[in-house]
Amino acid sequence: MSSEGVDLKKRRFLTTATAVVGAVGAGFVAVPFIKNWNPSERAKAAGAPEEADISALEPGGLLRVKWRGKVCWVVHRTEQNLKDLPTLDDMLSDPTSEVPNQPEYCKNPTRSIKPEYLVAIGICTHLGCSPTYRPDIAPADLGDYWKGGFFCPCHGSRFDLAARVFKGSPAPTNLHIPPHKYLSDDVILIGVDPEGKA
Amino acid sequence: MSLMSWIDERFPATKVWNEHLAQYYAPKNFNSWYFFGSLAMLVLVNQILTGVWLAMAYKPDANLAFASVEYIMRDMDYGWLIRYMHSTGASAFFIVVYLHMFRGLMYGSYRKPRELLWIIGLVIYLAMMATAFFGYLLPWGQMSYWGAQVIVNLFSAVPFIGDDLSLWIRGDYVISDATLNRFFALHFLLPFILAALVFIHIVALHKVGSNNPDGIEIKKGPKGNRWSDTAPADGIPFHPYYSVKDIFGVGMFLIFFAAVIFFIPDMHGLFLEAPNFEPANPLKTPPHIAPVWYFTPFYAMLRAVPPMFNSQFPGVIVMFASILIMFFLPWLDRSPVKSIRYKGPLFKIALAIFAVTFIVLAYLGMHPATPTKTMLARIFTGVYFAFFLLMPLYSKIDKTKPVPERVTK
Repeated sequence: MSSEGVDLKKRRFLTTATAVVGAVGAGFVAVPFIKNWNPSERAKAAGAPEEADISALEPGGLLRVKWRGKVCWVVHRTEQNLKDLPTLDDMLSDPTSEVPNQPEYCKNPTRSIKPEYLVAIGICTHLGCSPTYRPDIAPADLGDYWKGGFFCPCHGSRFDLAARVFKGSPAPTNLHIPPHKYLSDDVILIGVDPEGKA
Repeated sequence: MSLMSWIDERFPATKVWNEHLAQYYAPKNFNSWYFFGSLAMLVLVNQILTGVWLAMAYKPDANLAFASVEYIMRDMDYGWLIRYMHSTGASAFFIVVYLHMFRGLMYGSYRKPRELLWIIGLVIYLAMMATAFFGYLLPWGQMSYWGAQVIVNLFSAVPFIGDDLSLWIRGDYVISDATLNRFFALHFLLPFILAALVFIHIVALHKVGSNNPDGIEIKKGPKGNRWSDTAPADGIPFHPYYSVKDIFGVGMFLIFFAAVIFFIPDMHGLFLEAPNFEPANPLKTPPHIAPVWYFTPFYAMLRAVPPMFNSQFPGVIVMFASILIMFFLPWLDRSPVKSIRYKGPLFKIALAIFAVTFIVLAYLGMHPATPTKTMLARIFTGVYFAFFLLMPLYSKIDKTKPVPERVTK
């Protein structure tokens, strides 16, 4: 092939332009393939708010509700539990819930709307295991200071009964509090703020 | 013969046979460490063959997956054998590849001109880990489910985009049917990419030629052997010499492989973990979660790093860095010699400590974290990185021995 009389500048421009247009086209084609991996409408619909009936929940008891496939706990804390909470503050990483892992209306000492009911997502903020409910006081394996709480079996993270993380746990933050509201004294709707926005 | 020449005029069959087998001259001093490359290929073939057969009966559906594996194990003719060949094969794959990589470390097979060969090998290793991870979800047992939950959550630790990223990987708010189905598709796809990468690995190998236990470049040595005047004097044709040797290696390997398949397919919980015989339950985490043994060294390093700035991202970085750092090995080793045979005491001690570190980390990653074990994991994570980061120093000041002209026995 003779290269005489060839405008190399123009050839280079055309080659580059073709490559760029091709790359942009490939980029657009990639979008549906990438977006295809997002949660489907069905998965999103399954993430709709969930009702929890707490009429039969005794003080000290725990109720598990599935919301968006995650386990949500509703714990009925006793008077003693509520008295114990402030005494633990020194041992906690974030006793005043500065990290926004809860709706604004739950940024209070009990991390709840009604002090006696804790609603929390039962997924450890470390690597997503589900901590075990340990309401027993000062058990041998958890130590004398234990006033009831949650212990993650995977990597040993500890949380108190307001789902606040103890210092020295692998979990970096307190457990998440989902948006929720009281439909009546006996029914909590998980997944919706009291003002109604999802 | 006329058939062969008819083909050769249309397809370079004889040419490829000669260039890569019958007239491909490999160093004559290979020892038993050189079995593991061909064994890795054998295990890959085993995984693809048994995997395709399993896929004929397996159901990638959250409601059916666990039962379909039990169906394969109990109701299909030899289903148990094919499934155990596949599950044992996964562990065997990592065993032979770890030994293959250790061989490379010992004899300096990553050094110039084999840097790309080493890097392609590491890409194969990454693809293997991805394949194994996707595959482990498929039985849909408790450990499958919660192991995947932990690993996918690693991505949610990425600042800013983490939550969306892990949501995108799962395709749901938790590990679910959507996740299982796509992991199955990826688990089916990746072995073919793996096979293509192995092909590229061998193309690179045959360009530069094999290293050997002496770390001598036979192509730079004298020419002329029994078969050719131009071939390296220290080379012998791959076929029949090494093809026959590798077949012997295959025989030895199959003895151990079959023993595990028939007598201890779960390897006392190492190859198949006990909680995985229980169907996945999204509402109940098993009391102790550990990945399969081949991931535990990296898992131990992940756990060893405490959360910083309200994030466990630093641990994730350390874990990925522990693998990425291997890519820089060809440029970290400043020794004038390649093989451990001619390297000095510093490198030998460093390599021995590294091997012990890897095993200790693997052990620590299998067990629940206690304060003592966490402290040990931190120390050994430090040692792991020191092996690489201090290598430019100790490999340079190390006392080396003179390298002979020709390969030795």
